[in-house]
Amino acid sequence: MDDFVIDVKGLNKSFGKKHVVKDFSLQVKRGEIYGFLGPNGSGKTTSIRMLCGLLTPDSGSGTCLGYDVLRQTAAIKREVGYMTQRFSLWEDLTLGENLDFVARMYGMKDRRSAVAETLDTLGLSARRDQLAGSLSGGWKQRLALAACMLHRPRLLLLDEPTAGVDPKARRDFWEELHNLAGRGLSVLVSTHYMDEAERCHRLAYLAYGSLLASGTAREVVEQRRLAVYTLSGPDPASLAPRLRQTPGVLLATPFGNTLHVAGTDAAQLQAALAFVRADGAYRVERAAATLEDVFISLMPDSADAPQ
Amino acid sequence: MNWQSFSLSRWLGIITKEFIQLRRDRLTFGMVVAIPVIQLVLFGYAINADPKNLPAAVLAADQSPYSRSFVRALENSGYFQVVRQLNSESEAEELLARGEVQFVVNIPADFSRRIARGETGTLLVEADATDPGATANAVAAMLQLANSAIARDLQGVLQDPVPATAPVELRVHRRYNPEGVSAYNIVPGLLGTILTMTLVLMTGLAMTRERERGTFENLLSTPALPIEVMTGKIVPYVIVGLIQVTLIYLIGTWLFHVPMEGDITLLYFVLLIFIAANLTIGITFSTIARNQLQSMQMMVLYFMPSLLLSGFAFPFRGMPEWAQWIGNLLPLTHFLILVRGIMLKGNTLYELLPAVWPILAFTLAVLLAGLGFYRRTLD
Repeated sequence: MDDFVIDVKGLNKSFGKKHVVKDFSLQVKRGEIYGFLGPNGSGKTTSIRMLCGLLTPDSGSGTCLGYDVLRQTAAIKREVGYMTQRFSLWEDLTLGENLDFVARMYGMKDRRSAVAETLDTLGLSARRDQLAGSLSGGWKQRLALAACMLHRPRLLLLDEPTAGVDPKARRDFWEELHNLAGRGLSVLVSTHYMDEAERCHRLAYLAYGSLLASGTAREVVEQRRLAVYTLSGPDPASLAPRLRQTPGVLLATPFGNTLHVAGTDAAQLQAALAFVRADGAYRVERAAATLEDVFISLMPDSADAPQ
Repeated sequence: MNWQSFSLSRWLGIITKEFIQLRRDRLTFGMVVAIPVIQLVLFGYAINADPKNLPAAVLAADQSPYSRSFVRALENSGYFQVVRQLNSESEAEELLARGEVQFVVNIPADFSRRIARGETGTLLVEADATDPGATANAVAAMLQLANSAIARDLQGVLQDPVPATAPVELRVHRRYNPEGVSAYNIVPGLLGTILTMTLVLMTGLAMTRERERGTFENLLSTPALPIEVMTGKIVPYVIVGLIQVTLIYLIGTWLFHVPMEGDITLLYFVLLIFIAANLTIGITFSTIARNQLQSMQMMVLYFMPSLLLSGFAFPFRGMPEWAQWIGNLLPLTHFLILVRGIMLKGNTLYELLPAVWPILAFTLAVLLAGLGFYRRTLD
């Protein structure tokens, strides 16, 4: 009917007494790269696993690629490419054997050519007979991506695919993702990197099991209505401890020779900065809030917020 | 929509993967060859069901050429070592009670007289039967020895050999279970126990290994079905099992001269069923277990009754009823009947069917349990 590849509402998941994902709702459009952010343990992996049928939600409903996430997991598995956070291919198989195995699991008819083609496009042909376990982190990540795209899925679920990968490899990886999205593939990708978050069409921020913000990068920043000032002068970082104690200051983060100070209430923040202005040695400038400011400001907020 | 049927191609994919991994796993592959050889040689020599040089005492009330050549024959056989010549019954009683001798051979006063007259001379043997396995062969050999020794003597002295009646009769006093352990019993038994231990061990870790290495998540995210994964993981080990069997069989016949009375194809047929049963229990353990340690614990729990209550370590009919009842649930119990039946008695399939179906039923039940426990999600 509509163009949502993921459309879930009110998903919940608990492990024992721990409520890991709370009322999780998400809509991802076709051809969209959707970023999934949040601190460690915020429920990103659990949410992704529920979307691809690896975990059964305790409650909630919705569809993934038009299939019911509760009842049609087998169909979802066939059309989703899932890349696990930890390298989960077989280290004692070669690259070619790994891909061949995956191709067989999805019952691909043109398995040999598909494997050869995938190895070729990812530049892994020369390493075809190398054991997967002997690859470096960057190559493992490329192999894992190759494996989860092999069966030509309509949706990719990538769980921190670039953790521990060098900047050049990350850049190549994101270029590849945008190419795929351009061809109509949808991608849900979790990450800790702000530059990656900014490369997403839209993103969601998850903390302590709850979705705290979502939209385009700009929308997320605007929704937060964060007032940000940069302080420069002699050793601005030394001001941070005092500022953090002051009401109205959500974060005070050193950035090189400056200090980022942000708060949601502009008037209160102005008041808080009064002592710095009075000092005269510091320059206080209004700045645009960045995604990172927003995310860091969200972190303590959610911890303090009454649940 | 969620319905999926068994895919042969997927299944073959899993088999191929397992084969490759098995080939690369040098330790496991070494185990496949080394364990049967080491165990067979160790068990084969250490658990000696055909003990030689058993201490014996002779109480000879009759000192004649016949009794002397009989005693010589006893010693020459290698089974007996005559350590004492006794003078009284009470002395004999005491030696047996203290365990200094395994046998007391009583040669009655009228022994040579009866033989010379062409009658049957009677030898009385008192056997210490606390270890029935230790005496069975020696006793069996004794009658043979006596008759051939005396017969040789008779040929020289009397020209009338009287072949209709044997010159010597043996009376053995023993109080054990008539199913004595034969020398050849041990190797077929080992065939079963070695297969049980190695095969359960190999597949017992197959699923937990995937789980602990994190590859299980990948496997789960593919459309592979539990039945495909479980049986696909078993198949390569069937070949492993057959290699082991052949190895044990060859060593058994070369080193221990185990006879093969029955049909070898029938032997391999029942072996195949037995191998499948053990692999299934292994894969089910590793499906239920959360980690390798748990799986190992389950395996030990399975090995103990298999070794003790199957009739391998102790004669099955000698066990109490409750132990037999447990033993009857285990594949090894039935396999021992099958393998001994084929190798030693030359049984045919028709005679063996009552021992075949319990193994098949066991395999099916365990497989169903394993499928029931197979978690298709990470919950």
